[in-house]
Amino acid sequence: MKHTMRRAMGGALTSLTGFAALLIVAILAIILFDAVRGGAGHVTWTFLSEPPSDGMMGGGIFPALYGTAALTLLMTVAVMPVGVLTAVYLHEYAPPGSLLARAVRIAVVNLAGVPSIVFGLFGLGFFIHFVGGSMDRLLGYQELNWGQPGILWASLTLAVLTLPVVIVSTEEALRAVPMEHRTASLALGATKSQTLGRVVLPGALPGILTGAVLAVSRGAGEVAPILFTGAAYFLPDLPDKLNSQFMHLGYHTYVLATQSPDVEATRPLLYATVLVLLALTFALNLVAVLIRARTRRRASAAH
Amino acid sequence: MDRQAAMQGQGLVETATPVAPRLSSVARRRQIREKVIAGFITAMAFTGIAALVLILVFVAKEALALFLEEEARKEASLSKMFLPQVVRAGRPAAFVWQPVSSVPKVSMIPLFIGTLKTTLVSMVVAVPVGVAGALFAAEFAPRKLREVLKPTIELLAGIPSVVLGFFALMVLASFMQETFGLDSRLNALVAGLGLSLAIVPVIFTVAEDALTAVPRSYREASLALGATPWETAWKVVLPAAAPGILAACVLGFGRAIGETMIVLMASGNAAIVSASLTDSVRSMSATIAAEMGEVVVGSPHYSLLFFIGVELFLFTFILNMLANAWTRKVLKRLSGAGA
Repeated sequence: MKHTMRRAMGGALTSLTGFAALLIVAILAIILFDAVRGGAGHVTWTFLSEPPSDGMMGGGIFPALYGTAALTLLMTVAVMPVGVLTAVYLHEYAPPGSLLARAVRIAVVNLAGVPSIVFGLFGLGFFIHFVGGSMDRLLGYQELNWGQPGILWASLTLAVLTLPVVIVSTEEALRAVPMEHRTASLALGATKSQTLGRVVLPGALPGILTGAVLAVSRGAGEVAPILFTGAAYFLPDLPDKLNSQFMHLGYHTYVLATQSPDVEATRPLLYATVLVLLALTFALNLVAVLIRARTRRRASAAH
Repeated sequence: MDRQAAMQGQGLVETATPVAPRLSSVARRRQIREKVIAGFITAMAFTGIAALVLILVFVAKEALALFLEEEARKEASLSKMFLPQVVRAGRPAAFVWQPVSSVPKVSMIPLFIGTLKTTLVSMVVAVPVGVAGALFAAEFAPRKLREVLKPTIELLAGIPSVVLGFFALMVLASFMQETFGLDSRLNALVAGLGLSLAIVPVIFTVAEDALTAVPRSYREASLALGATPWETAWKVVLPAAAPGILAACVLGFGRAIGETMIVLMASGNAAIVSASLTDSVRSMSATIAAEMGEVVVGSPHYSLLFFIGVELFLFTFILNMLANAWTRKVLKRLSGAGA
């Protein structure tokens, strides 16, 4: 009797937790299904290659695609060297039990938890008003030139936001490089920096790339930090200078979803934009998962 | 000096002889170059710390006017932010957020209540689902299923929050209104449910890490004593990972408080003080996002928005430190007991 009770309880718990897991997967499926159903018919070459028209009730999303790409490219260029070198310090150079390393780790953990809207405030206060404003004063501009929202400031803001992603995944990649590779290099008379540049970093490259891809996918989808650091509601021209404003897929989604004068007319455009944004981030995440799986397999084969 | 000692400890440099050997100029140059590179990399490591400090300093700097400038202090004093105010003569004192009316009303209380409501809804949904899902993945799922489950949930974590906000706004809100006949289409319930989509992956991932960190020997010992798998999961694995699961929930909580786009799009953005979950609400983060675009730089309203930013920063900072401490506790407890 008692035995069957215990069995029943076990079955109940297993199916209950299984149901929770299923629920998560089902929700993901619903979101995907909805986006594909609503958007698939409207994602055409014209949609991808033309600017919005008719007060955003028609046309395509090319400026938003271009702006998102330019923004994330600048962000990646800014975040990768800093993130990788910080991870190199943590894993290769920091003395064991180093106070600085511990402080950096705590900072990284907390940086990852700062709300994205606070990054936006930081970008506005620091990059635009402080750095940009000072540049304008130093360069003697009468009107605002750098002290206003622009693609450079938005991408630097995103670079700070994605810094923890890059540091954490690079450190993981460095950990996967076998210690023997380092000792072998040092034993052959190479210096520490030569070992780093020719053995450790090349060995960790797939993992570092994963970090870059994850950072790009995270940065490309964030809207809150760019709301007031550079994203524009509508721009007929593509951004051609570092201080120009830009259109952005995520911000475009927000604008279409909340400020459209005619919801029914914008709905197909909105769904198509969402689908493109989703496809982009999923493709990036998939690339990251694939690189990571390959690296893991290689690492376990080496041991 | 410290570093050199440590590198010797790792066996990465040869032990220094008491008398400095005479080095060739090539070796000398090499040595200097190594030092410069090490110094450069160490200097780079300060960036993360600098970023965190700069965020606090520059967000707080713009909020400081509330305490330093006469005009701002009059318009948005602490008592006006946190105590009930008489809005119209003859009416009872109330909490009102209306910073752009002719007499600005700057009570933070409606924003706190709004944030709390959406966060609460999202936690009530996301904690059971996230933790149960993690327990399933760590304890009951066959290996094959588990290998599919984890990337799928990572995929959910990769969905941009603006897309989740869009989903809450277009699909969830209509569904809720048709099903329950709510007065306001966009409300705390819809926003909270949308929010839970964003924090389930956070809770799942951290909780799953904590559960899988529990050594196999615990499970084997429990099973060997005759416990069933679910008894093992419930009475051995779950308690052993408890601090980590707590950390997962706290991290999710912090994420929910700070999340902006979903709440901005799905909450209705009306600063109503009430206990009902089906009223529209305005959260702290959404207030910053919605109002910063039209505010005069340097005005009391501008400083107020930065002040909300400082509050968000401090909330999440404290929650992160707690979560971090609890995560470490799990690892320490388990590695200490495993050894």
